[in-house]
Amino acid sequence: MTREAADYHKPLPVMEGMTKEFYENCSRGELCFQRCSGCEKLRHVPTLRCARCGSWDWQWSASTGRGKLVTWTVVRRPMHPDFADDAPYAPAVIELDDGVRMVSWVVDCAADDLCAGMPVEVVFDHVTSEVTLPKFRRVTS
Amino acid sequence: MSALQGKACIVGIGNTPYRRGTDGPVDTSLRIELEACEAAIADAGLRPSDIDGILPFYGLSIAEVLAVNLGVEDLKYQATSHVGGAGPGASLANAAMAVEAGLASHVLIPGGWYGFSGRRVRQIIVQDPHTMSGGMNARDFYFPFGLTAPVQWFSFVARWHMNEFGTKPEQLGAVAVAQRKHAQLNPNALMNGKPLSMQDYLASPMISDPYRLFDCSLEADGGAAFVVTSLERARDLPQKPVKLLGVAQGQPYPADDLVGREDVFQLGQTSAAPRAFEMAGITPQDVDFAEIYDPFTFQVIQQLEEMGFCKRGEGGPFVEGGRIELGGELPVNTHGGLLSEAHVLGMNHYIEAVRQLRGEAGERQVENAEIGIVTGFGDFGDGAIAVLGR
Repeated sequence: MTREAADYHKPLPVMEGMTKEFYENCSRGELCFQRCSGCEKLRHVPTLRCARCGSWDWQWSASTGRGKLVTWTVVRRPMHPDFADDAPYAPAVIELDDGVRMVSWVVDCAADDLCAGMPVEVVFDHVTSEVTLPKFRRVTS
Repeated sequence: MSALQGKACIVGIGNTPYRRGTDGPVDTSLRIELEACEAAIADAGLRPSDIDGILPFYGLSIAEVLAVNLGVEDLKYQATSHVGGAGPGASLANAAMAVEAGLASHVLIPGGWYGFSGRRVRQIIVQDPHTMSGGMNARDFYFPFGLTAPVQWFSFVARWHMNEFGTKPEQLGAVAVAQRKHAQLNPNALMNGKPLSMQDYLASPMISDPYRLFDCSLEADGGAAFVVTSLERARDLPQKPVKLLGVAQGQPYPADDLVGREDVFQLGQTSAAPRAFEMAGITPQDVDFAEIYDPFTFQVIQQLEEMGFCKRGEGGPFVEGGRIELGGELPVNTHGGLLSEAHVLGMNHYIEAVRQLRGEAGERQVENAEIGIVTGFGDFGDGAIAVLGR
């Protein structure tokens, strides 16, 4: 469901540098995080240098895209006008099985059904021709 | 042994009325900051030209503009810490160092904004998202997912705590109710004359679950300022000095990503508070009152835990039963705080602490107040803490 940027009015990432690469990987259907070439540690959000071992070398590493819901908020009164029609919606923190945490959005799940530890998997929402957002859905199996 | 303990003091305080609505232009904060500065300088028994150091709040009027308007012709020292609401505490540490090192004699710390009548947070997040906490990280990795405002990202942490420790809505409510009670004794509080019961709290509309309306601070128009000098110089000034006994800053790690921390409850205060208590030579048990930066209710509970007033996970029960109310074991935010006095960037917490330690707090005076703490909290948990004594 690709839309043109002109039809999509919510905030978008500024497509530059490592941010651009992160979201371009999503457009190709891959959720990737930086993996340090020095100590193998995965990291998110992107940084230039590994804070643990000091290495500047890294590469994108594909995540399984599976993890669990650890915390969330149910927005009843959006502060940002572009999300006015979405309320109630639930920005969430997902802890991937790889150990990385990220902010995302759980789709296809009523706010009241969200619970800590709920298993989730990534789905890709192609919001514009340029940007794909990694969102998560409940794993029911 | 600390080089700064008891060397500097606050000798002048000033504030504007706190309001929601104002006459005149609100495009910059300069006017309301200058009004507060004039009041603080006069309270110190000084003339504006005596001021030789200015430590502005990040993002507000810069030092040279304040100096020009006040008539400070020989500005010897200026600095700003980029730590949001922890700025006043960070500046107090800077002021003490500047005074002790002889870089400046009378240092002014101002802060104020038209937080209600001017550009509000809901406009900033649309127009300039990269200037909010988290900067470009938040813009690129939080905002696209609808996480766009402090009430939303801090409610993440509140729910995390509820999931982990069983913290209850009524315990968040206990903070709101206690501070509202204090505001009934404070004529300058926006919520003076508007008492709040637990039933009122629980019935208030959900904004960003678990945060209700009354978990949130009050965007307001207001300014405050204070003047720091050496204990020696204070002897010649009219006010009884309020001494800086300990001061420290701290940051969570990583500071710029709220959700990526190994320890998700860590705050700047986790490391700052022990440093400040050690400098002051006290423990939390010695503190008579606490003015705690309170953007939302849970952030009061979290700071109490991280400062060591109780163990992590026990902050919910700690704030119940009147313990944090006037007359309780540890009165918290005796002026009403950002929740019930006004959101004046935490500057108002310093004004209140000085009034308490001067014995000028009127109906809300903490009996025999000798030692008080003031905390600052900025961005995703940057912290500053000052231990003040009479």
